[in-house]
Amino acid sequence: MRELIDKLIVNYPYVAALIIFVIGAMTVLTRSNVFKKLLGINIMESAIFIMFVASGNIRGGSAPILNGNNSEALFINPLPSALMLTGIVVSVSVSAFALALILRLYRSYGTTDLRRIALMGNEVADK
Amino acid sequence: MKLRVRNLIILVFVSVTIYGMLLMIAELPPYGMPDNPVHNEVSVRYINEALEETGVLNMVTSIVLDYRAYDTMFETIVLFTAVLAVVITVRASNGKEKGK
Amino acid sequence: MKDFILKRIASIVLPFICIYGFYVIFHGHVSPGGSFAGGIIVGLSFIAFSTIYGIEKGRKKLPEKVLVYAESYGTLWYGILGLVGIVKGVPFLANKLAGIDMGAPGALNSGGLISLIGIGVGIRVASTMVTLFFTMMEEEK
Repeated sequence: MRELIDKLIVNYPYVAALIIFVIGAMTVLTRSNVFKKLLGINIMESAIFIMFVASGNIRGGSAPILNGNNSEALFINPLPSALMLTGIVVSVSVSAFALALILRLYRSYGTTDLRRIALMGNEVADK
Repeated sequence: MKLRVRNLIILVFVSVTIYGMLLMIAELPPYGMPDNPVHNEVSVRYINEALEETGVLNMVTSIVLDYRAYDTMFETIVLFTAVLAVVITVRASNGKEKGK
Repeated sequence: MKDFILKRIASIVLPFICIYGFYVIFHGHVSPGGSFAGGIIVGLSFIAFSTIYGIEKGRKKLPEKVLVYAESYGTLWYGILGLVGIVKGVPFLANKLAGIDMGAPGALNSGGLISLIGIGVGIRVASTMVTLFFTMMEEEK
């Protein structure tokens, strides 16, 4: 038990990413408003980006940008940062399309509460 | 089932999942050591030869826009498709009346 | 009262935010930032203007034809600049193999195709943000 806590204190960014991921997952599962579920999905994606970008760090290294006089210093790994740029763009696209679908849902049912939509059944009122 | 029973069952499942994931995090390589398996010969090549093969000072930009420019091109196409989908979905429901 | 303070402060601060966004786009290969972050900053300055002053004034500043041109031609610009490599006989989207002059490192026109592609992607991301905002705020007829 003692060495488990010691190993977890060394890897503190991954523990922080896990806590944020679980907060997002609990928000998706327990709230019944559709907007809050969408915010929970966004929180989960932020936790994943934190974990990936933190895995490329080296203690005592500097940012991977050259200026005239530091070509011999220790640079951190630039590859996970460059790969997560694509992930951020995908997250923005999914959130935008989900918001458009929520707008359509509101205009069709009149409410955004998922429990009341499940009780309404087949009384959809669009033309 | 009722709401409090459902929330309690979700809490129990999430606690078991958290304990399992904490055991897995203890097995990962330690954070920030220079001899992790993440830093292999790919990143060494990108750091050492970025200036003379591309001529820019920012290493992340030279990876995103020169070594892997093909992925960035498809990603701009993904953004274009997302905007197209949103405009079609919203404008198609502007003509209908609002229910109830 | 709240409206009065917001309008006066926004009329001073928002042009500087827009110029800062263009600075991050143009210096993407010298200092941290790049095309995606700079494009979002420029887009957010137009969205803030349209939130504070009303939708009609926002639409008059960026009419729909300008947004459609910026969006479509921004995506096409990337593919056309990649064809420079094929014309000279090297693979698609090649930078140094196609014989383009690199320039001195640290200058604004170094890097060959990288700075041109970065400007195109930056304008495109700004136009995406503004188009999404104006589409969701439309009233139904």
